[in-house]
Amino acid sequence: MAEKKVCEDLVKERKKCTFNVEELTQLIDGGEDKTKERREVEDMVINAGGLSTKNEVPEEYLSHKERYENAIRKASILFEVFREYAKAHDTTDAFSPTNKYRVSFGVVKDISPFMLHMGMFVPTLMNQSDPDQVAEWLPKALSMEYIGTYAQTELGHGTFLRGLETTATYDPSTEEFVLNSPTLTSYKWWPGGLAHTANHCVVVAQLYTKGVCHGVHPFLVQIRDLETHMPLQGIKVGEIGPKLGFQTANNGFLGFNHYRIPRRSMLMKNAQVLKDGTYIKSKNDKLTYGTMVFVRVLIVTDLAYELSRAATIAVRYSAVRHQSQPKPNEPEPQILDYVTQQHKLFIGVATSHAYRVTGHWLWNSYSKVIKDVSKGNMDQLPELHALACCLKAVCSRDANARIEEFRLACGGHGYMASSNLPIINGIVTATITYEGEYTVLMLQTARFLVKAWKEATTGKAKTPTVSYLVEFYNNGRVNWENTPSTMVKGFQAIAAGKIRTAYETLERHVKSGMDYEDAWNMSSVQLVNASEAHCRAILTEISWKEMVRLSTIVSPSLAPVLLQLAELYLTYWTLEKRGDHLMYSTITNGDIQKLQTRYEELLSLIRPNAVGLVDAFDIRDEILNSTLGAYDGRVYERLMEEALKSPLNAEPVNQSFHKYLKPLMLKARL
Amino acid sequence: MGKVNEDLIKERAKCSFNVEELTNFLDEGRDKTLERREREKLILTKKEEIFGGPPDYYLSHKEKYETAIRRAVVLFSLIRKLHAKNNTDLTNYKNILSVIFGTSISQDGSPFGLHYIMFMPVFMSQADEDQQKKWLQRALDCSIIGSYAQTELGHGTFIRGLETTATYDPATKEFVLHSPTLTAYKWWPGALGNTANYCIVMAQLYIKGKCYGIHSFIVQVRDEESHVPLPGIKVGEMGAKMGLNIVNNGFLGFEHVRIPRTNMLMKHAKVLEDGTYVKSKNPKLIYGTMVFVRVVIVFNSVHMLAKAVVVATRYSAVRRQTQMKPGEPELQIIDFVTQQDKVFSAVAGCFAMMMNGRRLWETFYIIDEQLHKGNLERLGELHALACCLKAISTSDSAMFTERCRLACGGNGFMHSSNLPLTYALTSASCTYEGDNTVLLLQTARFLLKVWRQMDSVPLTPTVAYLKEASTPGYYDKWDNTVDGIIRGYRTVAMRKISACVETMTNKIMSGMSQEDAWNTTSIELVSAAEAHCRALVISTYHEDMSKACEGMSPPLAEVMQQLVQLYAVYWTLEKLADFLQYTPISSTDVAFLRSWYVELLEKIRPNAVGLVDAFDIIDEFLQSSLGAYDGRVYERLMEEALKSPLNAEPVNQSFHKYLKPFMQGKL
Ligand SMILES: Cc1cc2nc3c(=O)[nH]c(=O)nc-3n(C[C@H](O)[C@H](O)[C@H](O)COP(=O)(O)OP(=O)(O)OC[C@H]3O[C@@H](n4cnc5c(N)ncnc54)[C@H](O)[C@@H]3O)c2cc1C
Ligand SMILES: Cc1cc2nc3c(=O)[nH]c(=O)nc-3n(C[C@H](O)[C@H](O)[C@H](O)COP(=O)(O)OP(=O)(O)OC[C@H]3O[C@@H](n4cnc5c(N)ncnc54)[C@H](O)[C@@H]3O)c2cc1C
Repeated sequence: MAEKKVCEDLVKERKKCTFNVEELTQLIDGGEDKTKERREVEDMVINAGGLSTKNEVPEEYLSHKERYENAIRKASILFEVFREYAKAHDTTDAFSPTNKYRVSFGVVKDISPFMLHMGMFVPTLMNQSDPDQVAEWLPKALSMEYIGTYAQTELGHGTFLRGLETTATYDPSTEEFVLNSPTLTSYKWWPGGLAHTANHCVVVAQLYTKGVCHGVHPFLVQIRDLETHMPLQGIKVGEIGPKLGFQTANNGFLGFNHYRIPRRSMLMKNAQVLKDGTYIKSKNDKLTYGTMVFVRVLIVTDLAYELSRAATIAVRYSAVRHQSQPKPNEPEPQILDYVTQQHKLFIGVATSHAYRVTGHWLWNSYSKVIKDVSKGNMDQLPELHALACCLKAVCSRDANARIEEFRLACGGHGYMASSNLPIINGIVTATITYEGEYTVLMLQTARFLVKAWKEATTGKAKTPTVSYLVEFYNNGRVNWENTPSTMVKGFQAIAAGKIRTAYETLERHVKSGMDYEDAWNMSSVQLVNASEAHCRAILTEISWKEMVRLSTIVSPSLAPVLLQLAELYLTYWTLEKRGDHLMYSTITNGDIQKLQTRYEELLSLIRPNAVGLVDAFDIRDEILNSTLGAYDGRVYERLMEEALKSPLNAEPVNQSFHKYLKPLMLKARL
Repeated sequence: MGKVNEDLIKERAKCSFNVEELTNFLDEGRDKTLERREREKLILTKKEEIFGGPPDYYLSHKEKYETAIRRAVVLFSLIRKLHAKNNTDLTNYKNILSVIFGTSISQDGSPFGLHYIMFMPVFMSQADEDQQKKWLQRALDCSIIGSYAQTELGHGTFIRGLETTATYDPATKEFVLHSPTLTAYKWWPGALGNTANYCIVMAQLYIKGKCYGIHSFIVQVRDEESHVPLPGIKVGEMGAKMGLNIVNNGFLGFEHVRIPRTNMLMKHAKVLEDGTYVKSKNPKLIYGTMVFVRVVIVFNSVHMLAKAVVVATRYSAVRRQTQMKPGEPELQIIDFVTQQDKVFSAVAGCFAMMMNGRRLWETFYIIDEQLHKGNLERLGELHALACCLKAISTSDSAMFTERCRLACGGNGFMHSSNLPLTYALTSASCTYEGDNTVLLLQTARFLLKVWRQMDSVPLTPTVAYLKEASTPGYYDKWDNTVDGIIRGYRTVAMRKISACVETMTNKIMSGMSQEDAWNTTSIELVSAAEAHCRALVISTYHEDMSKACEGMSPPLAEVMQQLVQLYAVYWTLEKLADFLQYTPISSTDVAFLRSWYVELLEKIRPNAVGLVDAFDIIDEFLQSSLGAYDGRVYERLMEEALKSPLNAEPVNQSFHKYLKPFMQGKL
C-alpha cells in the first residue's frame, strides 16, 4: 500500500505547537535515557514474530473462549520478549512507576491473564516471605515456571477480610496445613489468571492452630500440576465468567476440599507457625500493609497513563472531526474549536499530568516510609496508608469520569469498540472497586482524619499531610484572592471545615447516646465528604507544586505550557467546588465570575498546543489500538476498515435470514 | 424457583405499603397491570425458545447476532398477535412501544428495536396516504423490516451537512441515490447491518441542479426473497460496540441507485412528476416525530434505571459485609448510610423521571394536536423541553445506573449481574438522537430568546416561572421545604439565564460576532439549560406526585412524598454551589439539609425492597444474578459461571499450545 498521508488538520495542528514535543515526552518518561529505553522495549515487542494484528479478526468478535486462547498466545510471546530483555537489562524498575512496559497494551488490548502474576503475586512473595522462602520461590516466579495469582476475595467477602471463610488448619502430626472451603460463599472469587492460567496462588485464609483462630494469613499454594496443568486433587478451580471489562484477565474461582500443603507454604516473614503448631505473632500487624499500599500507589500513575491514552484518542479525533456550521458560508469547524468540547477534553489532559506528578511524589514518600519501616520505625505508616487510600479512591473515580467524558466527546464513534475507549473505560472503572472499594477506602482515610482532628484541637503534633489542620482548626476563613496559592489554601480550609463538621456530627450522635459505630455510620456521608476534601487538598497542592518545580527545569517554551495545565487543573476544581469555597473562604460571586473567565482564557491558551500535548504522550498506534486516535488521523478510513473485519460482513446474507427472519416475514404475508 | 433468601423475606415483611397498589400506579392502572401480566404469561409459554441456551456473553459477535434473531423472531411473532388489532394512533403506538421496552430478550437490546422506535414513527408521520396504504400494514406485521438511516460517517449532529444525494431524474421519474464520498456512507442505523430489508434514508434532494435540502425516502435495500443486497447498495454491519451489539447497527452506501419518485415520503413536501418541487405547508411539522422519539427515550431511560435499582437494592439487602460491632452479625450493606445514599437517590431519580416522562407525553400530545391544526405557538417550547429532558434524563440515568453498579462492589462488574450492559445501553442514549451537549445548547437558545422577549411576548407554561422569579423579593429568605427548594431552583435558573444574556450582550457590544460570543459563553449556556431543566423536573415531580398521592392510600402516599423530598434535597446538595451563589441559603440551612437527607434515608430504608418489588420486573426480563426475586445471589453467580465453555474442560488447549512451551522457555 502506498504511504498513507497524514490528515491535513493534524499537519496544521502540529505546526501550531509552541513547544518541543520531544522535550515533554522526555519529561514524562523521566529523562532522555528513559525515553530511549522505553522505545527500545517497544521496538522489541512490536517487531516480535507472531504478534501482528494487522489482518486478524479483532478480539471483540471472538467468543469468550477464543478470546482467552488468543490472549494466552499473545501474552506468552510478549513475556518471552520481556524475559529475553531481562537477560541483558535490569528490570526491577517494573515494580515502580514507569511507562516502559506499557507496550503490553499493544499486545493484549484488555487486561492480560498474567497481570496478577507481576502485579500481585511476585510483590507479595517479595514482601511477605522470609529470606529462605524468597530464595526458593522468587527465581521460579520470575522465570515464570510458577505462574501465580493472589486469592483473597471470596464470593461472600471482599471488603471485610476478617470475614473470610477459607480455613488453613495446622496439623502438627504431618506438619501440614489443611485448606478447606466450608461453604459456597467461601469460594475464592475474582483472582486474575486463576481460572485456567495460574499453577500457583497466594491464598489468604483463616489460620487455625491448636484450635485457636489467629486471623487471616497468606499461603503459597500449588493448584495445578506443572506438567499436565490438571487441577490437583482437592482443588476446584474455574473461571467466574464475562465481565464489563477484564475479559481476558481470566479471573477465577477456587475451592478447597481438605487440601494439604506443607507448613513452610505459609509466607513467614511476619507471623510464623512452628513445627509443633506454636503461633508466633508478627512484631507489628501493620507490616502487612506494605503490599496493599504499594499496589495503591502504583494505581495512581497507572491512571495517569490510562488518561493519556484516552486523551490522545479524543483530542486527535476532535482535531480531525468537523461538525456544524455556526457561521453561514464558512466551513464546518473542527469540534476542537467548540469551547464546550475544550471543557470536556483539556481537563483530562491536565489531570493526567497532575496524577503523574502526584503519583511520583507518593512513590517517593512510600519508598522513604518503607526504608524507615525496615529500620523499625513505623510512625509514618498510618499517614501513608491514609494517603494511599484516599488517593487511590478519588483518582480512580475522577479518572473514570474523565474517560467517560472523553468517550462521550467523540459522539457516536466513541461507542465503537474500535475506538478503544470502551475497553479503557472497562479497565479504569474496575479500579474504583478492586484493591479496596471506593467508599470503604474513603472511610478508612476518615478514621485517620478524625484522629488527626482530635489531635489538632488539643494542639498535639501533626504529621505533614494534615499539618494544615492546625492553621484552620479554629474555622478561620481564607482571605480570597484569585491566585493559585490562595486556591490551594482554599482547598485546605475546605478540608479542615469538612473534617470538623463530620467530627462534630459524629460527636453529637455519640453524645446523644449512640454506639460509636452507629454514630460513625450515621455520619458516614459526611465522613466520606471530608476524606474527599482532604484528598483534593493534597492533589491540588502537590500537583501545583510539582508542576511549578518542573517548569523551572524545562526550556522557556515548555515552561508556560506546564503552568497553564497546572493552573487549569486548579481553576477547574476551584470552580467545581465553588460552593465549598463560598462556605470556607471570602470568595465572592465576582471572584467566581473572574475565575470562570480565566478558565476560558486558559482553554484558549491550551487550544493551539492540544495536539502537541497528546503527541507528547508518545503512544504509538500499535499500543493505542484506536481507529479515532491514530497518529495520521485517517479516522473514517480506519473505521470502515475495522468494520469490514467483522465476520458478519464476510457473507452478504447471514444464515439466520433463512432460518428465522424469512419465516417471520412470510407468515405475515399469508 | 429455589427458596427465597431470609433477609429478603424479612425486608418484604417490613414494607409499610401495599406493593400491588404501587405497581398499579406504575403501570398507570390496575387493568394495565393485569394486561401486562397476561402478556408476560403468554411470552413465558415460549420461555425456552426466547430465554434458553447459553448466555449471550459467551458467544462470538456473530453467534450473538444469530441467537438474537432466533429469539427476536419468536418474541415478535407473539407481540405481533398482541397489537394486530391496534390501529396506528400514536397513543396505541406508544403502548406497543412500551411493550417492546418492557420485554427484553437479552441484556443487550433487540435487532428489531429500531424498526419500532424509529422506522415506524417516522413513516407514520411522513408518508402520504398512498404510501401508508402500501407499506404501513406490512411494516406493522414485520413483513418488511425497516431501519432509519440519517447519520453518516462524517455527520451526526449537523444534519444539513449530510452528503448522500437524491437527484431527481424526470426522464424516468426516479430519484438517483448516491454516496459521493466515504464520509457520505450511512453509519449507525440499527438493524441495517444484516436484518432490515427497507430503510428510510435521509438525503439531500436535488432537482434540476438545485439543492432543496434534506428529505426522507423509503428505500428497499435487500431482496425480499433472497435477502441479498440490491444492486448498487453496499450494506454491512459497523462492528463491535460498547453495548447494543445485537442491535446490528450498519453502514450503507449507494452507487447511483434508482428508486421510484413515489418513494420520497410526501406527506409534507412533494416532488411532482415533472420535477416541480412543492414545499411543505408547514415544514416544522417534522419536529413532531423528533419530539415523539425523545419522549420515548425518556421512558426508556426510566425503564433502564428501574432495572438497575431493582438489582442494586435487592443485592444490598442480601449482601452482608463488615461486622460493625463485636459479636454481632455482619451488616446487610443496605444498612450503611453511604449505601443508602447511592441506592435510594437512584430510586427517587427513577420516580422523578417517570413523572416527568408522563408530563412530557401529555404536553406533547396537546401540542401535537395544536400543530396539526396549524397552531405553532408552543412548538419552540416543546422542542426545547424535549431536548433538555432527553439530555438530563439520559445523563442522570447513566450516572445513577453506574452508581448502582459500583454499589454492588466487584460483583456489579460481572455481566451476569446485568448492570454493565444496563449502563452501556443508558450511556448510548446520551449520544443517539442528539448529543446531550448539543441538545442543551438548543434549549439554551430557546431560553435566551424567551428572556429577551420576556416583556413583550407572553410566556408559555414551562418558562412562566422566569418572570416571577425575576421580580424583586421573589426569594429573600431561604425556606427549608420542597417548595422552598423549587423556588431556589427557579431562582438559580433565572440568574444563570440572565447572566448568560448579559455576558453575551457584553461580548457582542465589544465587537465579537454573535457566533463567537455564543461559543465562548457555551459552558455557561449548557449550565443554564441544565438548571432550567432541573427546576422543571423537580417542580413537575412534586406537583404531579402530590396530585397522584390524593388518590393513593395514606401509607403509600407517605412513602411517595418521602421520595420527592429525598430527590429535592439530594439535588440541592449536589448543586449546592449554585444555591450558595444565587439564593439566600445559609450554612445553617445547609447543615439542616444534610441531616434532613440522612433522616429521609432512614425513613425509606424499611420500604426499600418493597419499592423496587413494585416495579414488578420479572426475573426473565431482569436477567440478573444479583437482582432475582429470590435473592439467591451466590448460587446464581456460580451457576452462571459454570455455564462458561472455558469451564467445560479442566485444561484449556492453550496450555499445551502456548503456556507450557513458554513456561519451559521453549517458545
Ligand atoms: C476487575 C476486578 C479484579 C479483581 N481482582 C482480584 C484479585 O485478583 N484477587 C482478589 O483477591 N480480589 C480481586 N477482586 C476483588 C476486589 O478486591 C473486591 O471486589 C473489592 O475488594 C470490593 O469488595 P466487594 O466486591 O466485596 O464489595 P462489597 O464490600 O460487597 O461492597 C458492596 C457495597 O457495600 C459497601 N460496603 C461494604 N462494606 C462497607 C462498610 N464497612 N462501610 C460502608 N460501606 C460498605 C461498599 O461501599 C459497596 O457500595 C477483583 C475485583 C474486580 C472488580
Ligand atoms: C448506539 C447508537 C445508535 C445509533 N442509532 C442510529 C440510528 O439508528 N440511525 C441514525 O441515523 N443514527 C444513529 N446513531 C447516530 C447518532 O444519532 C449520532 O451519533 C448522534 O446524533 C451524535 O452525532 P455524532 O456522532 O456525529 O457526534 P458529533 O456531532 O461528532 O459530536 C462529537 C462532539 O462534538 C460536539 N459538537 C458537535 N457539534 C457541536 C456544536 N454545534 N456545538 C458544540 N459542540 C458540538 C459534541 O458535543 C460532541 O462532544 C446512533 C448512535 C449510537 C451511539
